[in-house]
Amino acid sequence: MAVSLLPPPPDPQFVLRGTQSAVNALHFSGGTQAQGCPLLFSGSQNGLIHIWSLQTRRAVATLDGHGGQSVTWLQMLPQSPQLLSQGRDLRLCLWDLAEGRNAVVDSVCLESVGFCRSSVLGVGQARWMLAVPGKGIDEVQILEMPSKTSVCTLKPEADAKPGMPMCLGLWQAESSPRPFLLAGYENGSVALWDVWERKVCSHVSCHEEPVMGLDFDSQKARGVSGSAGKALAVWSLDGQQALQVCSTHQLTNPGISDVTIRPDHKILATAGWDHRIRVFHWRTMKPLAVLAFHSASVHCVAFATNGLLAAGSKDQRISVWSLYQRM
Amino acid sequence: MEAFEGTVGPSFCLMKMAQLLANFLSQSRMAALMEEQCRPQKKPGFPLLQETLLNKVVGLPDHLGNCLQQDNLALFFPQNYFRLLGEEVVRVLQGIVDALRGGLDCSVSFLSQVLGKICIQGRQKEILGVLVPRLTVLTQESCLWQRVCWRLMEQVPDRTMEAVLTGLVVAAPGPEVLSRLLGNLVVKSKKAQFVMTQKLLFLKYQHTTSMLQSLLGYLALDSQRRPLLIQALKELLETWGSSSAVRHAPLAQQHYLSAAILVCLAHVGEPELRDSRDELLASMMAGVKCHLDSSLHTVRRLGMIVAEVVSSRIHCEGPHLKFQYEDDELSRELLALATPWTAGSSTLEAEGSSPAPGAAEMLAKTMDGGVESANGSVAKVGPQGSDSDLDSDDEFIPYDMSGDKELKSSKAPLYIRDCIEVLTSSEDMERWEAALQALENLVCRSPEATREVSVELAKVLLHLEERTCVSGFEGLRQRALVAVTVMDPAHVAEYLTSQFYALNYSLRQRMDILDVLTLAAQELSRPGHLKRDPQQVSCGSGSQRLPALASCQPDHSTGSGWRAVVEERIRSKTRRFSKGFPRQELASGPNEFNSVAGYFFFPLIQHFDRPLVTFDLLGEDQLVLGRLIHTLGALMYLAVNTTVAVSMGKALLEFVWALRFHVDIYVRRGLLSAVSSILLSVPADRLLADLSDELLEARSWLADVAEKDVDEDCRKQAVRTLLLLERLKDKFLPLTH
Repeated sequence: MAVSLLPPPPDPQFVLRGTQSAVNALHFSGGTQAQGCPLLFSGSQNGLIHIWSLQTRRAVATLDGHGGQSVTWLQMLPQSPQLLSQGRDLRLCLWDLAEGRNAVVDSVCLESVGFCRSSVLGVGQARWMLAVPGKGIDEVQILEMPSKTSVCTLKPEADAKPGMPMCLGLWQAESSPRPFLLAGYENGSVALWDVWERKVCSHVSCHEEPVMGLDFDSQKARGVSGSAGKALAVWSLDGQQALQVCSTHQLTNPGISDVTIRPDHKILATAGWDHRIRVFHWRTMKPLAVLAFHSASVHCVAFATNGLLAAGSKDQRISVWSLYQRM
Repeated sequence: MEAFEGTVGPSFCLMKMAQLLANFLSQSRMAALMEEQCRPQKKPGFPLLQETLLNKVVGLPDHLGNCLQQDNLALFFPQNYFRLLGEEVVRVLQGIVDALRGGLDCSVSFLSQVLGKICIQGRQKEILGVLVPRLTVLTQESCLWQRVCWRLMEQVPDRTMEAVLTGLVVAAPGPEVLSRLLGNLVVKSKKAQFVMTQKLLFLKYQHTTSMLQSLLGYLALDSQRRPLLIQALKELLETWGSSSAVRHAPLAQQHYLSAAILVCLAHVGEPELRDSRDELLASMMAGVKCHLDSSLHTVRRLGMIVAEVVSSRIHCEGPHLKFQYEDDELSRELLALATPWTAGSSTLEAEGSSPAPGAAEMLAKTMDGGVESANGSVAKVGPQGSDSDLDSDDEFIPYDMSGDKELKSSKAPLYIRDCIEVLTSSEDMERWEAALQALENLVCRSPEATREVSVELAKVLLHLEERTCVSGFEGLRQRALVAVTVMDPAHVAEYLTSQFYALNYSLRQRMDILDVLTLAAQELSRPGHLKRDPQQVSCGSGSQRLPALASCQPDHSTGSGWRAVVEERIRSKTRRFSKGFPRQELASGPNEFNSVAGYFFFPLIQHFDRPLVTFDLLGEDQLVLGRLIHTLGALMYLAVNTTVAVSMGKALLEFVWALRFHVDIYVRRGLLSAVSSILLSVPADRLLADLSDELLEARSWLADVAEKDVDEDCRKQAVRTLLLLERLKDKFLPLTH
């Protein structure tokens, strides 16, 4: 009875076509750029990075730097018009996009062939910290950029055997400069690393299946992770830097490839292998919407600072949604 | 006394007299007058005098109304006068009670006669509206009052007993009150017993269920009366189980009867039930059968509800009957009646104000339930919602997530031939399901390919059985069949109509055929209509409802779409005729049904009177007959503006004529709607030219139905059809004159 009272799920605001390959990574440029209109970057399986204008809804440029190998991760650097892209050609490229340029200015060689996405954290003026999957099968390497000096390698204790790292999240609390790394591992556990001390503060086994994506809300000290299994786990961090599972949320179909919390920490979106995007209320984890548009598994979801939601899918389309936006 | 005598004769000084009388009344002299009649009398002419007095007292409002006409005083209006009389009666009773306390002998028979006479004049509401509340309070306090009250009721003459008792049962707020006022009247008086256990239960059915609760509760309250309750239950069940009653009694009465049974059961105890178990069981089984046989949805459901409750009471230890029916207001209301009566409810009554303790109790119960469930949900939300920041959730209204189903892995077939193959031979259930789901789209997308295999596909679909628990199986199959029929109407309709009268089909399949034919005709007649029809859409999306409903209410799940259309059309037509209803311009287009209507219609109407071994339309398969007639009516209606409409109309009118006295209500409803369709679809001039004799006959039949049919719907529909006929006449009169 109540079902009929609810509004039907919305349609995408618009759809971007033309990548001609599965979309693996999405990233919105940081809101108000010099040009005035926000941009959306998409990385696809054929190794191309498309830059989409959200105003004209057309690709304004295409970057080709990964030799036809799949692009798995895209990230703008904080406070500079530079884009980081990670590809399966074992290279991490740094693109200079200022003033219409689109050239690789630097690159880092990776030593892991896995699917783990890297993570970046600005730690000072023109300096940032980069977490990438390391050489050893279960290692994470922390680099200082742009100097590319290795800060440390985070290797779990010998008897832990968490498997490969699957997703990474660098963050630091507002009160202290101490950087932390959250890593989701193949055995379904999430570990919190203290980067300076190179040790695991705590870890929690919240999934049966490998962790595929995580996101962390440092204000509420709560994070969420999705796995190849049927559950979405919400965990929190207490004062002693100990992780605890708050709740798990059962999904209809298994498989989450990406989880993202909106920058205003109100809602979160998941990219599902079941072709659907799910939207939850972040505080209560109440399901808000199931967006069924794509015809193949959704690989990535991203939020813009103005609240726009984009999802990229194996069906080569990028859908852009406007949900619960406060204007 | 003398003033009263004065009212009889004189016609002068009328107003003066009336004033005097009003004065007389307002000084409660009437009480004195009546009290005088209650004293022991020795005078010789006394009975005659009492008889005259009785007439005068009760007939006073009529009398004065006749004499004074427009100048009547408000006091003498019956609604005021009888209230006053009620007060006076209480006062007299008070006097009698006082006198009895003082050791004097008194008789209340005059009062009883007054009461009876008032009630039989139909003024129960006024007098009992005053008496019952007063007596309720008075009898609670003293036994003497109770005895006087019982005596008062016992002395009511048999002739007027029914009126008094009916009024009392309606006016009494509950069984306890009734019991105090009546005592064991039903045991002592044959007439009272007849009224209470027969007349009010079996012959009248306009009363409310709270009245039933009072009445049966009254019977249950005393051990001397309980045998009557058991007897009543047996007789009620016997009537409930009689097939003739089910077939001929109006719906309202069947509902009343069911409610009475349930209330009875609520009062009857375990040991009493055990004694008459076999008898009750026999009646129940017979009842279940004839209720489920009925073609009316409501009757079937009443049968299910009552049978469930009865069986659970008779076999309290073993397994009992369980049916699937909708949980709606009717069923909840009925089931609430059956909850055992507790002694605790008497406290409610003591407060005096609640008119029906049963209802109050029910309300309290549902409220408790509501609070509980509310608490439950609060408790569930609590831990998560305890986060301190209280940003309002109002802006985060969830969207409809009903489409969030499990993803099926296997690929659906891409060609119709593949589909057929999968549906007939595949052992892979997921693939089978996917094929079924994809079929409608495939058929719509590729008309050419469909035409090549249409009959084969129709055959496969018609014989398809639900192999797994596919949600919305019935709907999927039906939509696929409709799509096939629309693509290749002539061949598929020919096949389907021939199968309708073939051997070895289940009733369900035959009714499916009818539904499919109707829906396909609708789609052909007005393309795109089907897709936009909200009822059809809800059929598809709310598909989990379908399987459950399919068995118990075939006439409501799918068939109602076109019926609503016909009804709506009839309604709009009749309104337009009376007050210039603005006519909507319909999108025009060729009626594709034109060329194929004959394939749909004539094979269906041809063979209805030839019984097969397994299928006898005129015999016990009257449900299908009803559906057939509704289908024919719908086809007729959809054949509007086609060339075959005239011959279809002619055939259908003959068909209707043959069946017009059918016993089944559903069949009669179908016949009436078929006649409406004829009137709407066949051009008016052709109607008058070719069918005038038939129409005249139909008209007299309609008039007869409108007047005499037991079913309210039938009567209404007959009136609507008559209006359509009238409209036809109006159309031609200006031309001829």
